[in-house]
Amino acid sequence: MTDWEAIRADFPILKRRVGKSDLVYLDSANTSQKPACVVSAIADHYLHHNANVARAMHTVGLEATQAYEAARATVAQFVHGRAEEVVFTKNASEALNLAAHTLSSRLGPGDEIVISVAEHHSNIVPWQMAAQRTGATLRWFDVTDDGRFDLDKARAESLINERTKCVSITAMSNVTGVAPPVTQVAQWAHQVGAHVVVDASQTAPHCPIDVTTLGADLVAFTGHKMLGPTGIGVLWGRYDLLDSLPPFLGGGEMIEIVRMTGSTYARPPHRFEAGTPPIAQAVGLDAAIDYLSEVGLESIDEHDRVLTDYALERLSQVPHLRILGPTTGQRGPVVSFTLADIHPHDVMQILDSRGVAVRGGHHCARPLHERLGVQASVRASFYLYTTPDEIDALVDALLATLSFFRVPGSASKVHHG
Amino acid sequence: MADLQGLYQDIILDHYRAKHHSGLRLPYDVEVTHVNPSCGDELVLRLSLDGTTIRDISYEAQGCSISQASTSVMTDLVIGGSTDHALALHDGFVEMLEGRGTVELDEDTYGDAIAFNGVSQFPARVKCAMLGWAALKDAITRGRS
Repeated sequence: MTDWEAIRADFPILKRRVGKSDLVYLDSANTSQKPACVVSAIADHYLHHNANVARAMHTVGLEATQAYEAARATVAQFVHGRAEEVVFTKNASEALNLAAHTLSSRLGPGDEIVISVAEHHSNIVPWQMAAQRTGATLRWFDVTDDGRFDLDKARAESLINERTKCVSITAMSNVTGVAPPVTQVAQWAHQVGAHVVVDASQTAPHCPIDVTTLGADLVAFTGHKMLGPTGIGVLWGRYDLLDSLPPFLGGGEMIEIVRMTGSTYARPPHRFEAGTPPIAQAVGLDAAIDYLSEVGLESIDEHDRVLTDYALERLSQVPHLRILGPTTGQRGPVVSFTLADIHPHDVMQILDSRGVAVRGGHHCARPLHERLGVQASVRASFYLYTTPDEIDALVDALLATLSFFRVPGSASKVHHG
Repeated sequence: MADLQGLYQDIILDHYRAKHHSGLRLPYDVEVTHVNPSCGDELVLRLSLDGTTIRDISYEAQGCSISQASTSVMTDLVIGGSTDHALALHDGFVEMLEGRGTVELDEDTYGDAIAFNGVSQFPARVKCAMLGWAALKDAITRGRS
């Protein structure tokens, strides 16, 4: 049995107060908190092993290089891939831009790119830019009214067809927590010879990734949502695909030979890592993955599911609260909702005054909000350190919000528990 | 933690519940659309001019209580006045919002807008209070060109 209380104690920030209240951090889908061991690993690197990587040949340079490459190996093991298939970027957005930019070098008018209406802006805008640049057409998976991936509609309109060259979808919506059938979509895409990109930013922190069975050709995720530091993201890619792609950014470390007449490029993954990489951040991500592995992603997944079920049950008792996406069945640990006609900014503000940190807005997923018929929403998201008491604090704060804005008929039908 | 009651003063909540001059009307000379990308607030604002006098301002807005109330108060203050006066009010209002509580507005000049003093203690919400005013300034600038 996992000692979740002991885990919580590993996160010093969770002991702090906001005004007169305890911090109730329900914004982990935005960025996770960091255990002390991750912060120590970064500090230890800077204080005792700091040097540039690859190009520094001295002892500390070697130590830094070894630490950086060890992090690459840890990430590779984490996704069941090979070290040379792991590219470090500055975040998931850069990883997705890298994917869109390099894959689209082969596109032209008549070709089609397929994404979904449930994507984060970082998996929309790079493809819009790619379509604009190449003349390719951007097409979209729709969702049902409760936010589930609409495969039937996609089949009916032959969304993926012989013109499709790239399919890029999320492994889990950062709004509804819905996990699309990635493997099924990937099979469909591969049947027509398209490449498949998966944005795993929301799943990587919570459930195991296995690139050998997922079906993706490229997978992007970010360190800071999975207990690691900001400033580091990952693009995993099938090696033969990576090796066939052109560079993304130019600079040091990504070259083989630079001549005034032109340059040749390094093999992957270094081809895609121009300039000094996020070295200390890689060390921090390594420590974060060690921590996650020690707790066990299966245990974390289970913990998050139980907590999400509890949250859905409690939130369904709050008057005037509408949950976006399915209210039953399997869904990830993010719950977005609207509360009467109170704007999410105002809800967020009242919650914050009671120490409850949530996100209010469209969560970088404006098309999905538009599809679900709302302008913006409030989002509570959970992680391994979240407790049922914190869900209760959220519900209490929402009831206080209803009463603050004097919403009629908001008398509580909520049992405290 | 700054004072929540100071942020949501009754004047603000009253304007939020009953927005003055809302709805889009004809005729108009300039129409502008302003958004607050972080929260998705959207405002379409129409300015109708009679020489240098603001004949009417009409608008359709989706947004939080602060942005909606601020736009409502703004229309009360500037409709019927000169564009120069409106721009001067804009500048004073911005100065107050960015002053973190150090700048006080003159009640006779600013009326209900002084209630937004509390917003200056919440830097994340300053943009909300500015949405309508920024749209107004933009519309006046375009109307003159």
